[in-house]
Amino acid sequence: MKTLSRIYTWIIFILLYAPIIILILFSFNDAGTLNKFTGISFKWYVELFRDQAALNALRNSLVLAVSSSLLATVIGTLAAFGINKMRSKFLRGVIRSLTNIPMMNPDIVTGVSMMLLFVAAMAVPFSPLKKLGFTTMLISHTTFNIPYVILSVLPRFKQMDIHLTEAALDLGCPPGRTFMKVELPLVLPGVISGLMLGFTLSLDDFVISHFVSSPDFQTLPLYVYNQTAHEVKYSMYALCALMVFVILVLLLLVNFAGKKGEETKPKKSSAKKRRQQMRELLSGKENAQ
Amino acid sequence: MKKRSFLDTFAAIPHIVWVILFIIAPLVFVVFFAFTDTYGNFTFDNISMLSSYAHIFVLSICFALIATVICLLIGYPLAFFISQCKPSTQKVIIVLLMLPMWISLLIRTYSLMALLDNGGLLNSLFEVIGIGRVKMIGTSGAVILGMVYDFLPYMVLPIYTSISKLDPKLLEAASDLGCSNFKTITKVVLPLSAPGVVSGITMVFVPSISTFYISQKLGGGSFDLIGDTIERQFQNVSTYNVGAAISLVMMILILISVAIMNKFSDDGGEIIV
Repeated sequence: MKTLSRIYTWIIFILLYAPIIILILFSFNDAGTLNKFTGISFKWYVELFRDQAALNALRNSLVLAVSSSLLATVIGTLAAFGINKMRSKFLRGVIRSLTNIPMMNPDIVTGVSMMLLFVAAMAVPFSPLKKLGFTTMLISHTTFNIPYVILSVLPRFKQMDIHLTEAALDLGCPPGRTFMKVELPLVLPGVISGLMLGFTLSLDDFVISHFVSSPDFQTLPLYVYNQTAHEVKYSMYALCALMVFVILVLLLLVNFAGKKGEETKPKKSSAKKRRQQMRELLSGKENAQ
Repeated sequence: MKKRSFLDTFAAIPHIVWVILFIIAPLVFVVFFAFTDTYGNFTFDNISMLSSYAHIFVLSICFALIATVICLLIGYPLAFFISQCKPSTQKVIIVLLMLPMWISLLIRTYSLMALLDNGGLLNSLFEVIGIGRVKMIGTSGAVILGMVYDFLPYMVLPIYTSISKLDPKLLEAASDLGCSNFKTITKVVLPLSAPGVVSGITMVFVPSISTFYISQKLGGGSFDLIGDTIERQFQNVSTYNVGAAISLVMMILILISVAIMNKFSDDGGEIIV
């Protein structure tokens, strides 16, 4: 039974990885076909880096991923803080389920609905929105990133020892500063993993971007899509292999950040320990002054 | 409780504004476009026209259902086997399972297409063995294979999460009380992992039914699924309204099926991401 289950697991994983590994291997294929492997060559990578459109798409992807994940992290972290402090259980429930709509809905519906909103907004006379492009992409990506940020930050706020906040306030720390000095550092692991999650999701998104983009602002997935729609350039394999590699690195980073977070997860601490924690947090403040 | 500070009260406001502007308003526009013609007049034509798309809906639902069932049949044993491994091995396997989820769907589908293509590696292999070339791209099997391949991890992960949360004492108790291994699985593990199964099914079914890239690439253009239809309607301004109507119906179908699915699990259907 044990060996049987092990063989089964291996087979599934081999099947799961085979196409990706073959894709990466053949991105080095000198012949530029998928039929047979003639020799190792980097010429497709060289061709890729000479391709101005691909480099532009890469730049756009990075700009968009950084800005949308940062914006989503700011809004999402504040929202998680606010939701956690909310007294009305009903209101909390409503906001949480509305927030989760983009996660529940198929991407295509989210993309289409966003597009209709933008089309309608552009039809309004004197509207600031003139055409689909960076702005519409930024709005859409931020929208689907926010739920994931809240999802990773809210549990941290819930686990947080509320006495730490109360102590800081009792000691005369204004609420804004308490947030920055006490609460934010405690939830920081969640914030960072939310930020990274948002960054990867934005980098990865194709379906929603497909509907809210224009040809003058293309991201990497859109570029891949347009290239694979017609005659396939062989350098696309090199591009895909590179993207897999980047995702791999990012995933390892996210895992690392998550693990670090678990270590600092506040446990049920004794009063003594809590005082120690408080002192550490406030000493940071003293050093800064 | 002490009095609420300015920050406590207003921290969630930007988010609430964002939700209203960019989550609720777009959905309102979908409904609006679905019930109006190109001039903005109220009409039921778009909805009544949907009957001519009925076969597309049926085909998509069939494909998505088959893919979901296959994922469940492959994924459940896998999740169970993973949960029986040593904790350190489990961690490694789960990272390996999550890795493909993070690789762009385009790339995964594209790599599968490269493998199955008429001039692809698999066909070259078939020729060497002596089977001869087999046309795979453009068959319904290829489309379903694509769905299974792309979405299998989404099935395994939630099931694994709910099985690994099970108290091992329950399994011991079952075997102490004379349950056979097989009976322990069907009577104890299976019912208790139902929430994971439900969220796995949702996470495979929803993207399968709404995909358009998989059917375009692996279907070779011979299959029209809901996703393809919606995508095509939105390439041309004059058919936005029909596209909105199809999207609306699909969204409602999915919401209903998700709600029904969640009824079957006690967990209230928290999606595990």
